Formats: sequence, C-alpha cells, structure tokens
Amino acid sequence: MNTPAELKYSKSHEWVRMEGDEAVVGITDYAQDALGDLTYADTLQEGDELTVDGECGSLESVKAASDLFSPVAGKITAVNGELADAPELINSDPYGKGWIYRVKVTEVSPELLDAQAYDAHCASESH
Amino acid sequence: MQTIFEKSVPGRHCKGIGPKPSAKKAKDFLPADLLRAEKPKMPECSELDVVRHFTQLAGRNYSVDANFYPLGSCTMKYNARISEEVAALAGFNRAHPMQALLDNGKSSQGAMQCLYELERSLCAITGMKGFTLQPMAGANGEFTGVSVIAAYHRAKGRDRRIMLIPDAAHGTNPASAAMAGFTVVNIESRDGMVDPSAVKAAIDQYGDQVAGLMMTCPNTLGLMELHLKEIVALLHGIDALLYYDGANMNAILGKMRVGDAGFDVVHLNLHKTFGTPHGGGGPGAGPVGVCERLIPFLPSPRVGKAEDGSYYFLPEDELSIGHIGPFYGSFGVLLKALAYIWRLGGEGLERVAEYAVLNANYLRVQLKDVLDEPFDRLCMHEFVASAPHGMHALDIAKGLLERGMHAPTMYFPLLVHECLMPEPTETESKQTLDEFCELLREIIAHGKEDPAWLEEAPRGLPVSRLDETQAARQMKLTEDL
Repeated sequence: MNTPAELKYSKSHEWVRMEGDEAVVGITDYAQDALGDLTYADTLQEGDELTVDGECGSLESVKAASDLFSPVAGKITAVNGELADAPELINSDPYGKGWIYRVKVTEVSPELLDAQAYDAHCASESH
Repeated sequence: MQTIFEKSVPGRHCKGIGPKPSAKKAKDFLPADLLRAEKPKMPECSELDVVRHFTQLAGRNYSVDANFYPLGSCTMKYNARISEEVAALAGFNRAHPMQALLDNGKSSQGAMQCLYELERSLCAITGMKGFTLQPMAGANGEFTGVSVIAAYHRAKGRDRRIMLIPDAAHGTNPASAAMAGFTVVNIESRDGMVDPSAVKAAIDQYGDQVAGLMMTCPNTLGLMELHLKEIVALLHGIDALLYYDGANMNAILGKMRVGDAGFDVVHLNLHKTFGTPHGGGGPGAGPVGVCERLIPFLPSPRVGKAEDGSYYFLPEDELSIGHIGPFYGSFGVLLKALAYIWRLGGEGLERVAEYAVLNANYLRVQLKDVLDEPFDRLCMHEFVASAPHGMHALDIAKGLLERGMHAPTMYFPLLVHECLMPEPTETESKQTLDEFCELLREIIAHGKEDPAWLEEAPRGLPVSRLDETQAARQMKLTEDL
C-alpha cells in the first residue's frame, strides 16, 4: 500500500496536499483498493463550499457506493473533469491524476493524520 | 446461448392462445406524436422456438429448489409447496381485485378473511397493533413506514426532518428516508452494534428535529443489538419514533416481539421470513406494522370484522397517508405467508428462529479455521467473515459457483474487510452445511497454493468471469426495438 509521507490523511480515507493556501484532495490508495474498480465519480462543482467532515460527493465502484467527506473547509476552485469519463484514474493513480478537488482553504480538519498514523489506522480497520 | 432476438426469423410467428389483437388501430386512439414510424422489431419465432428458448433459460436458473443458497441478509429459505398449493386455489387466483370493491366486500368474504387473519397473525408475531398489507416489497414497506413517521410529526404540528440511521443499515434505509423528505444522519457503530452514546450525541446536536431512528435487529453483522432499551428510551424521550427493519426477522421469530421492545413501526419481508420465493423468483410483499397511536396514518384499505363475523373495508382515516400500491398488496404472497404461519403455528415459528440461529452458529464455528472471523461470539441467523489474508472474497465466491453452490453475500457490509456473509437458514440439514464447509475448505486450500487457478473460476458455467467494471461503466439496459 502506497502512503506518501508528504501528505495528510483523514480517517475516512481522503488525502490532502497543501499548496500555499490551496489544498488538493483525493482518496487514498487503501481506499481505492478497498472500493475496487470505480465506475462513477459524483462530484460537487467549482465554486461550491466545503465544510470540514461535510459530505462532498460520492464514488461508486463495482462493490459499493461510498460518500466522500471533506478534510478541509473552503471554496472549490477546480474539479478534476477527467473523472467524469475516466473514474478509473482514481484506481490507477490515486495521488496524481486521480485527484478530485482543488480547494481555497479556510480551515483544515484538526484530526488529520500523518502517513505513519494513517497506515496504523488502516491496519486496525482491516483486522 | 442466443437471445430470443437473435433467433428471430422474418415472417415466422405463432398464433398461440392469447386474445385476438384489437381491431382498433393505434392511430385511432393515440396522439400523433406518440405513434412510431415503423413497426417495432419484435422477435419473430414459432411457438416451439419460444418454448425451447425459455425452457433452456430456466434450466440455467439457480434456485433454492435445486441447491444451497446461503445468501446472507436475503434469507433464501426453502418455500414449502403447501403455500404454493394454497395460493394456486382457483377461488383465490381467479378472484378479480375489483370484485371486493362491490358492496364493501360482500362477495369476497373468503379473501377478506385471509387478509384480516394475516393482519392479526402479524400483529401477534410482532406485538404491533395494526398492519397495512399493501406495500409490495421491502423497500416499498420502508417508504410506507417512514412516510407514516413523517405524517405523525406533521399531525402534531412539528417540522422534524432528521432520520438517524446506523452505519450498518441496509442501503435501502437511507434511500427510503431521503425519498420521504428526511435528511439522514449517520450513527457510527461500536463493537458491531449501535452505540447509545452516538445516538445521544445526535439527539443533543439535533434535538427536536429528530423524527426517528431506523434499525435492523439483529443487525447486518448478524449480531443482536444489546442496547435496545437505552436507545428506545433516548428516542422516546423526545417523542421520536423507532423503525424496525424486518430484514432479519427470521432470527427472532417467536423469541422477541419488536412492539414489546418499544419499536413504533416495523416492516416485514414476507418473501424472506414467511416462505415465498424471491430473488427473481416472484413478487415480494412488505407489510408495515405500527403501534396504537400510528394506526390512523396507515394506508387504506384495511379489513375489519363486524360483530356478525362478516368482513368489510374500514373507512379511510383522514390522517391516512393514502394508497401506497394498488388494491390490497401482493395478494398471492399474502396467502402464502398466511399458509406458512398457520402451518407452523406459534411453536413452529419459534423453531424457525432456533434452527436458523443454530445453523448459522454451526457454520461459524466449523469455518473458524478457514475464514477470518472478526466477531468471535454467538451470532444470530447469519455471520460475517473475511477472506483469509491475501485472498479475495470475490475469488472464493466464484470458486463456490464453479462447484455448484451459491456464494454467500460478499463485500457487504462494507465495514468488514473482504467480507463474506453466509446465512444458511433453518431449512438446511447438517449434511448440506458440512458439504458447504468442506467445499469452502478445499477451495481456499487450493487457492492458497495456486492463486491463478482460483482467479480463473468459475469454469464450466454458461459464463465465466464477467467484466463487472465495464458493465457498470457502459450500461446498456435496453434492446433497440
């Protein structure tokens, strides 16, 4: 399982990469593996406001539909448009081409984990 | 196998035994913009072509009549033939639904009695005070139930929009609540059960906006909820209502009455618990039971019994949510349920729950060294397990199909890693359960040694591995006519 050290992680399996006052958000390698092949990404739109831990879309895979929860608060400045036709980018490159939102951040969840703590969290979830 | 469309030959047809086509032309009674330019491309086949086609298709069907079907959360039990006999009686299956509307049911007394008796039986089994038999399936019942909850609060002049739903709930619960206009608030589980402190926290946060809580008990992990009393008290403390999803009723028949436990609304899946084929095998029925104070909100019609012993339709209460389906529900399914209940009686129903739970625990213990079992304690009618480390539930499931057994439910609930959920039901013998364990043991041992072998399963079936991803991404649900 790939957990880049430079990112922050939520317990609900989203990752955050801070770039100045913007954040890039996606789901983790562990999450994409647990969901299996993604078939549909239902996202919010540019300009929509996010709240910390608020629902911000959902992902459907062959196994299940799963809600996305925002690890940050702020306004969406960009949505990864490629996901509409190619949700599999989240499977193949969850931390790169599979990014979901770019957000102008007003608040970051205080409960985000570093890579090591996130790995431990995943290990406890998968018995 | 070719589709019926591929078997079509231009000009071939059969007269059949159906009614004559209408002498009227479509253009005589349909608006011009609804008329199609050319004839639809219906398959053109002889009667024998059609008979062979569907006989061959039926031969490929997998059913509980032919083999073991341990599909957790679905309760695929054997459906006794006596119920089919009863539902096939000409007096029932030739009765026209409009007949009962004449003269308030005077000429349909037998059918009305069956509906009345079934309602009384379901009340006795659940401890509820009234039932509507009208909902046509489980999710339809859920929608009915949450609509009754909404109507109750509206009648009290309250605007309550929040429905609490535990994370292990059936996916239909949040869907039904959302359809009825509620905002769903998720309640996290602890130790595989609904956590009363999470319920309390939600009530503290949302206060009198909370309309109710929807629960499945035993829950989706196959575990009994042990904090019911506390949860019921919390909800009733703010006059919010408790909804019982009857999907897992098989585990508690005759052992626990949900009405006595404090639930206000319950739906039952007659096609799961009360002996009717389902899963593509026929229509279902999802009657909804309520406590005394919710009876006025039930859909109409319901059947009453007069002092002289005759049956009639109760007048619709002005608070009723109205019709939720046509006429009186899935009448044939209701008959089968009544036959099932009367055939078993109170003691028999109790034995259903006992054997269902016994069988599930037998499997759970037998499979302890084969699967990873996250909850090492007594289960109810089903249990959850993870595929052994490094193996996929999907591969094991496909391995079972190859060997002629239906796979357990997989990847549900999602909070269990690589989940398999077997539910043997009460109708299976020890021999069948042993055979299942032995097969699973073999498949997993072989798969560990040779993963490629398991990844190629199932071999020798009409289809092998389907491309599920492609099927979901490029759905084609229609035939171009």
